[in-house]
Amino acid sequence: MNGIEVRNLSKSYDGVKALNGVSLRFEGNKIYGLLGRNGAGKTTLLNIVTGRIFADRGEALVDGMPIPENDPALRKIYLAGEKTLFPEGMKVQDTFKWSGEFYPAFDPEYAGNLAEQFRLDTKKRVKSLSTGYDSIFKLIIAMSANTPYILLDEPVLGLDANNRDLFYRLLIEKYSERPCTVVISTHLIEEVSSVIEEIVILKEGAVIKNEPRETLLSKGYAVSGTARQIDAYIAGKNVIGTESLGGLKTAYILGGGDRDAAGEGIEVSKLDLQKLFIHLTNS
Amino acid sequence: MDINFESERPIFLQIAECLEDAVLSGAYPEGSQIPSITEISVGFKINPATALKGINLLVDSGIVYKKRGIGMFVSAGAARKLIQKRRAQFYESYVSGLVKEARRLGLSETEINSMIRKGFGE
Repeated sequence: MNGIEVRNLSKSYDGVKALNGVSLRFEGNKIYGLLGRNGAGKTTLLNIVTGRIFADRGEALVDGMPIPENDPALRKIYLAGEKTLFPEGMKVQDTFKWSGEFYPAFDPEYAGNLAEQFRLDTKKRVKSLSTGYDSIFKLIIAMSANTPYILLDEPVLGLDANNRDLFYRLLIEKYSERPCTVVISTHLIEEVSSVIEEIVILKEGAVIKNEPRETLLSKGYAVSGTARQIDAYIAGKNVIGTESLGGLKTAYILGGGDRDAAGEGIEVSKLDLQKLFIHLTNS
Repeated sequence: MDINFESERPIFLQIAECLEDAVLSGAYPEGSQIPSITEISVGFKINPATALKGINLLVDSGIVYKKRGIGMFVSAGAARKLIQKRRAQFYESYVSGLVKEARRLGLSETEINSMIRKGFGE
């Protein structure tokens, strides 16, 4: 069975539940958006599936193999997370040489090519990189590792707009030419929306949405009109949020109800992923 | 060519329309090769599955065809076919919205007709 699969995963820190019975699957060769507010459990989940921390309960498997303390399983997954596992005094160019030791398919030539495109000085030591270049460095290693699973935790942290744009294009190009599973955990939802195919939303350590982006987006819509019209229209529908501005009211709806039957005077509009996310994870 | 990610319309439909526009304008002449899925995905920063879905709409409607292992090409008669399709959609795409907004603003049919005449430069 291809994919990363977790079953009933739980993890607590000092009695606070970071993950609470999470079960899900990252299937082969798809790009996932892993979304959640601060503290929702995204990083904990990614650290568990790469064996960096251990779950209190539950299982994590890749292609059917248990992940913890299992090198053949761990070699299939690369996580670009908060911490890099290289000695901090190492030069960037040396990390390109050494990465092949653990990830045999690592492509140092491609890494060098990416460094050139991002103008990363490979003679610099890893610890001396700025926040933006530290992110870029991690992305380059992740994209060059050629593992079937690439996990990116906040990949664009500190990157300027030009470099974010370059990163998304390079990622899509890489993915088209050599399909793999990519999981992107990010707060910049609008930017990543068109890149991802599947969406997983975590809230307080639990999965609240897990479906294709297009399916999720097609269910959401917003209706605006006078408060009286809107209140009448939304009765009995799955309202995930409302906003009022004077006598004008907007309601955000997810699934159910016929948006074409909204009637005269009610404006129906699309609910983008960011708005949908905010209303689903509020409170 | 630009995709409006805020639009009501799904991205794959916008991709298909964008390529249709390029065929209509002559940017992609009949018989010529159109960009690959990778080029389209990278160019618009969209998931390749979305690009493929857009392209498949054009393949299904006979606007482009695939040559295995080579790429995708604009079919003969594609522009004519597109013009017929766009004409058939003209009322839904443009006129019904125009009439709706005109009613909301209290503009009469005569006033709208004179604007249309102005638009045609009469």
